[in-house]
Amino acid sequence: MQTALLIEQILNGLQFGVMLFLMAAGLTLIFGVMGLINLAHGSLYMVGAFACAAVAAATGSFWLGLAASLVAAAAAGAIIEVSVIRRLYDRDHLDQVLATFALILIFSEGTRWIFGSFPLYLDIPPLLRGAVPLPGGSAYPAYRLAIIAVGIAVAIGLYLLISRTRLGMRIRAGESDREMIAALGVDIRTLYTVVFALGAALAGLAGALVGALQSVQVGMGEPVLILAFVVIVIGGIGSIKGALVGAVLVGLIDTLGRFLLPMALAGFMDASSAAGIGAALASMLIYVFMALVLAIRPQGLFSAQR
Amino acid sequence: MTISRETAFNALLIVLLIAVPYGASAMGEPFYVTLATRMVILALAAVGLNFLLGLGGLVSFGHAAFFGIGGYVAGIAATHAFNNTPLLFGLPGTNQMLIIWLVAVLLGGLAALAIGLISLRTTGVYFIMITLAFAQMIYYFAISWPAYGGEDGLSIYVRNAFPGVNTLNGLHFFYVCLALLAAVLVLFSVLRNSRFGAALQAARQNEQRLSAVGIAPFRVKLAAFAISGMITGLAGALFADLNRFVSPSMLSWHLSGELIVLIILGGTGRLFGPVAGAIVYVLFEFYLGGVTERWQFFLGLILLAVVLFARGGIVGLVAGKARHG
Repeated sequence: MQTALLIEQILNGLQFGVMLFLMAAGLTLIFGVMGLINLAHGSLYMVGAFACAAVAAATGSFWLGLAASLVAAAAAGAIIEVSVIRRLYDRDHLDQVLATFALILIFSEGTRWIFGSFPLYLDIPPLLRGAVPLPGGSAYPAYRLAIIAVGIAVAIGLYLLISRTRLGMRIRAGESDREMIAALGVDIRTLYTVVFALGAALAGLAGALVGALQSVQVGMGEPVLILAFVVIVIGGIGSIKGALVGAVLVGLIDTLGRFLLPMALAGFMDASSAAGIGAALASMLIYVFMALVLAIRPQGLFSAQR
Repeated sequence: MTISRETAFNALLIVLLIAVPYGASAMGEPFYVTLATRMVILALAAVGLNFLLGLGGLVSFGHAAFFGIGGYVAGIAATHAFNNTPLLFGLPGTNQMLIIWLVAVLLGGLAALAIGLISLRTTGVYFIMITLAFAQMIYYFAISWPAYGGEDGLSIYVRNAFPGVNTLNGLHFFYVCLALLAAVLVLFSVLRNSRFGAALQAARQNEQRLSAVGIAPFRVKLAAFAISGMITGLAGALFADLNRFVSPSMLSWHLSGELIVLIILGGTGRLFGPVAGAIVYVLFEFYLGGVTERWQFFLGLILLAVVLFARGGIVGLVAGKARHG
């Protein structure tokens, strides 16, 4: 019984990690290419979730909703890049933090304005509603397995995009020397808009996928955003590979910590305080892990910054 | 010697802060006294952050941690005093502000030392994010720790006491807070003009040069971080007493963001920047909140406009010259 439960928790951790990767990949890409710290990334996640829930409710199709989430988040990303973010590239991080903090206020209140204060609900598509049997006699929800698959597919796709395509070559060039590629005739403004929209679309995808597991509500992006920051700090800012490794590590540590810590503490204290203290400690575990990583490698595990 | 426009503006702020709440109280409008107290306490917290951000150029996005620690010190001490139950190590709870402040300052400083020791190994964006993450760590601890209210927070049934002052009177409590703000502003001004302040500002501009003259930048920055945490912790204790309530929201990253906003709105590195910022921010909040439920939307637009077009903040605007630090 314990083994089956453990496998289930590991899969949960993977699913959580993969979802964090979708968020962290966009953040780290935007930071790597443009040197911009975007606090409003969580808002794009929220936009994706709301677009998916609204379109799915109107049309009855989760898949149309999913497509809508990509389009809406990419469009929102492109619009804020052109109207606001573009003015911030040459500013210091302080101005970027403040301006994107202001964007969060605008997005959160704007979404509440349009959709009201009540959470929306998004159903898991019929195709993925069942459970898949696991070795050991238990079963695991197909939808969560699908999220893991999507995450792996996106990771491979991003790797190919960046290492094999012309756009990826420009992104890499933009990371190392932006004056040079501008001098070579690449339209750097458009490149930045495209990269920003791509990062936004990934965040929107994550929001839509998670929207079917929990309720879709204003402010849902903020806890995830902070975790995504933890992920890219652990992985090394600007590194997609770091984001993947960091995301899976954070997902596993968080999920397994919540599962194992109370059990471990129950070995030497009474059950109720073990549950309470275990939960409190487990919620801090990834931050402790991040502090450890930074204490040893201040630039993260796979730093892309030289 | 001519008085600069900035000095005149600062003097005006002091006069307004002393007189307006008195007038409001005399006209039977205690609500405005509470509003002014809120301004003063937020200003105090932001002055703490201004040490680090304004002088040292270190953007801490986790100052809510110290604010919340101060708040919980006040809340926990008062709860134990109210219930007459012993605290950690059998110590009694207390409702004496002086003791609470001391503990809040000490714990705020200790937490800042611990967080600073790790965070200051990093720079730039890493520093912003790691301070944010540490604050979140404490936030989640407060939420999931059931002993002191968890998510629901902790009520302080009777506002804590200060010798010789009736703190239950809003105006008296306001002047206690204002006196602390004044003291901290004096401290800020003295430290800024001291050798330590010079070293801190040099650390922002060029660390190599600072080490070349024989001063370790790390120690200077760590000291600034600790002082900053102490002041913000003190402000947190006052804030809990103002609301007679403390909850994890005092530790949330929104609050860290707000403290940064106050400083930039007022003018980074300027003595009265956080004060002007807090006054304007709380007024915005209040008036926009009265006009529309959607005030956060418009607050966001205004902030965006300030960042994009009005660099140097309010004091910078008044002083009529570019920001100097």
